[in-house]
Amino acid sequence: MADGSIGTPVRRREDYRFLTGQGTYTDDINRPGQVYAYILRSPHANARLNRIDTSGAASAPGVVAVFTGQDMAKDGIGGLPCGWLINSKDGSPMKEPPHPVLAVDRVRHVGDPVAVVIADSLGQARDAAETIAVDYAVEPAVVDVVAALKPGAPQVWPEAPGNICYDWHLGDAAAVETAIGKAARVVKLDLINNRLIANAMEPRAAIGEYDRATGEHILYTTSQNPHVIRLLMGAFVLHMPESKLRVVAPDVGGGFGSKIFHYAEEAIVTWAAGKVRKPIKWTADRSESFMSDAHGRDHVTHVELAVDKDAKFIALKVSTVANMGAYLSTFATCVPTYLYGTLLAGTYTTPAIYVETKAVFTHTVPVDAYRGAGRPEATFLLERIVDLAADELGIDPAELRRRNFIPANAFPYQTPVALQYDSGDYQSTLELALKAAGYSEFEARRQEAARRGKLRGIGLATYIEACGIAPSAVVGSLGARAGLFESAAVRVHPTGSVSILTGSHSHGQGHETTFAQLVSDHLGIPIESIEIVHGDTAKIPYGMGTYGSRSIAVGGSAIVKAMDKVIAKGRKIAAHLLEASEADVEFKDGNFTVAGTDRLKSLAEVALTAYVPHNFPHDELEPGLDETAFYDPKNFTFPSGAHIAEIEIDPDTGRLEIVNFTASDDFGRIINPMIVAGQVHGGLAQGIGQAVLEGCVYDKETGQLLTGSYNDYAMPRADDLPNFALSTHVTLCTHNPLGVKGCGEAGAIGAPAAIANAVVDALKPLGVRHVEMPLTPERLWRTIQQHQTRAAAE
Amino acid sequence: MQKTVSLTVNGKPASATVEGRTLLVQLLREQLGLTGTHVGCDTSQCGACVVHVNGEAVKACTLLAVQAEGANVLTIEGVANGDTLHPMQEAFRNNHALQCGFCTPGMVMSALDLVKNNPKPTDKEIREYLEGNLCRCTGYHNIVLAIAEGAAVMRGEAPPANPHGVAAE
Repeated sequence: MADGSIGTPVRRREDYRFLTGQGTYTDDINRPGQVYAYILRSPHANARLNRIDTSGAASAPGVVAVFTGQDMAKDGIGGLPCGWLINSKDGSPMKEPPHPVLAVDRVRHVGDPVAVVIADSLGQARDAAETIAVDYAVEPAVVDVVAALKPGAPQVWPEAPGNICYDWHLGDAAAVETAIGKAARVVKLDLINNRLIANAMEPRAAIGEYDRATGEHILYTTSQNPHVIRLLMGAFVLHMPESKLRVVAPDVGGGFGSKIFHYAEEAIVTWAAGKVRKPIKWTADRSESFMSDAHGRDHVTHVELAVDKDAKFIALKVSTVANMGAYLSTFATCVPTYLYGTLLAGTYTTPAIYVETKAVFTHTVPVDAYRGAGRPEATFLLERIVDLAADELGIDPAELRRRNFIPANAFPYQTPVALQYDSGDYQSTLELALKAAGYSEFEARRQEAARRGKLRGIGLATYIEACGIAPSAVVGSLGARAGLFESAAVRVHPTGSVSILTGSHSHGQGHETTFAQLVSDHLGIPIESIEIVHGDTAKIPYGMGTYGSRSIAVGGSAIVKAMDKVIAKGRKIAAHLLEASEADVEFKDGNFTVAGTDRLKSLAEVALTAYVPHNFPHDELEPGLDETAFYDPKNFTFPSGAHIAEIEIDPDTGRLEIVNFTASDDFGRIINPMIVAGQVHGGLAQGIGQAVLEGCVYDKETGQLLTGSYNDYAMPRADDLPNFALSTHVTLCTHNPLGVKGCGEAGAIGAPAAIANAVVDALKPLGVRHVEMPLTPERLWRTIQQHQTRAAAE
Repeated sequence: MQKTVSLTVNGKPASATVEGRTLLVQLLREQLGLTGTHVGCDTSQCGACVVHVNGEAVKACTLLAVQAEGANVLTIEGVANGDTLHPMQEAFRNNHALQCGFCTPGMVMSALDLVKNNPKPTDKEIREYLEGNLCRCTGYHNIVLAIAEGAAVMRGEAPPANPHGVAAE
């Protein structure tokens, strides 16, 4: 295998700069004459804004300008748009209230931006902001979805009575009711999917700049998708043509979804830089991130699984209430609907499924996509109810899953909730994981732990995810207001080096390495002569960015498509040079060869001819070797897998230890196994974080964010996590040229249910059938105490 | 109130005029242009800003710039030997112990401090030591492998077999 080709663990090309402190993150950039923005935020969850007195701040030392929502309104600045229209059951469109960049007459969550102070130094801006007098008329707030639906609850928006944004459904309700009516058993569960905060280690930052000479606005921003930001901000908020707006997302320190969305601060610094004619930098401090980054998850769900006498699943009924927060963030509305309800078949043949989702406004930060986005929520409820069913039926959880898996020979498989899976082999990944985890010998380990006074449990979860987002026509019919193709340009330079311009964006995923491997493999040239360019709308073709595990499946496919155009043109040029028929010229290992001969021209020779076209088929071709392609996927991709957690709980303290974690995944073809393993590790850490540590908490009375710093929000640390045992089983994606499926979100999708199932397995002897996440020592200790007390009383 | 601070950074003398409230990390990033030291939180918990002050690992957000008067500071920019990576940096690369790279400078500086005080740390000791460094990308698995490899090479031993199948350079 050639060094650097597909399937080899190539060391990352981006590492040198990061390891030597030479990365360029947004906050590392300083522009000449730069000034600093500080954003004054609401300390209240729900208040009328009576008056904002900025006169003291405006005359404070170093202050360049102070702006409020009124100033932006006077300039005709629009609101932040939502990118996905969801219709309710009755066909009516979702309630879509305005999302002003700076609050105008009311604040609706703690952290809602109220004013911006721009000064020569950040310290001066912050000092001046303290002198701004805001007259807030504070009113009652509602932060959790159950309370928000109650009669008499504070109303977030008058245009959304009952706080309901939409009441959506999918599936065949009648078929589900019929199946439930004749089921041998119906297993029921109420559960919560805890609210999380993405917490990329790099806080969000933005620098706005205006060039008076060219009329161009530049925004440097911590984004996963610079073209999307340019489109949304230019078209809907600031009303600037794309040609006068450049968005640069340089090195970005993690995203996990939270940097997909168009945020207020991006519009503020871009607009204000035009007003004050100076570059303006804003960088969130971590406390600000907690109260202004979009949060994730936050579902309350009731689920029923109907099972027949042979333990086959015959129907699934799901009813979910999903928190939207106070405003609709960019992709918020599709997360608990089309990225959630459509996943509820999971890996199973359940023939009838019905899901309804009420999306609810509350006085909290907007909730949007976070690693997995909808798919972890779907997997959690499905794998919890399947485990509960196994317990009630007295069947081993692995065996119950085997009985209900979509068989490996049943693909393509049409689910009852809109998706058609192209490939998969769920039983093989499960068996691989069971073997690696020593599943069949678990009881001996449980007994050994019991002798040490520990409660040991094992839990498994299988998952399916829909990645490679997304076929534009399909998502368009489901309410998406954008296309979700990807672009690539392959620019072969005159002496044979290659620049790849991609609409995908790397913020940790290592595209500069994997994309180069892909190109090296396809064009037969060394990695060193390939440059991957991304993250700057002035350089790359219009593209949709990175999220939903889409980069290799959609962005990589676009690169392949563009390379194929280069090769097709190169064959014509080579045929001309070799005086052969084009049909006889084949491209292999970087050379165009006349079949059956040793006559050849290298890619570099062909490129030179293309740019110095003295001897060139001018009648047939234009000079140059530079091709752009747009790839719109035919379907989603469907990575899948099985995760197994083995845990021990100390009943005296409630402390949980993850003893082993095994993941067996099917990601289709793998380009760089080392990078893929890294993606799984990171996803597992976030999934385990959700399961045992993390939870965003608002005070129910005041709407204050109680988990507003790393003192209060438990991030997974090195000693909270185990080593991970990974394996892969490959079935190829059948509809993209690489056979790839994507791997970025898998860990976060499978892990929470595996951990929760292991915990319930450990506590089952006490009569426990469910414990909500996060499974903190306190929660586990209380659960153990309650059940022991109950058992003693009985 | 403004005050001039003089110190040694990465072996070279440096001085800057700072406010009383200026933090060491702000001095490094904003005045000396050493942006490899990062700020990931405001409660001294993430460890992205770890540097060495007089040979000890310090979170540069916990020290006022004026407290660093006369100090000898080492930042991530001063760890490699010219273009040659330090064995600990090389070990991070060999083990894919970084993804977005934002926590990485602090991780490397902490790892060097650990190995200075404990040349042969166990995996458990590495995990415990990293309590003050948050990473959101890697799940720490590969960071633990990298620090073990870096420590071995720093002890003068051959690196352990690469668990990812990466060929030796």
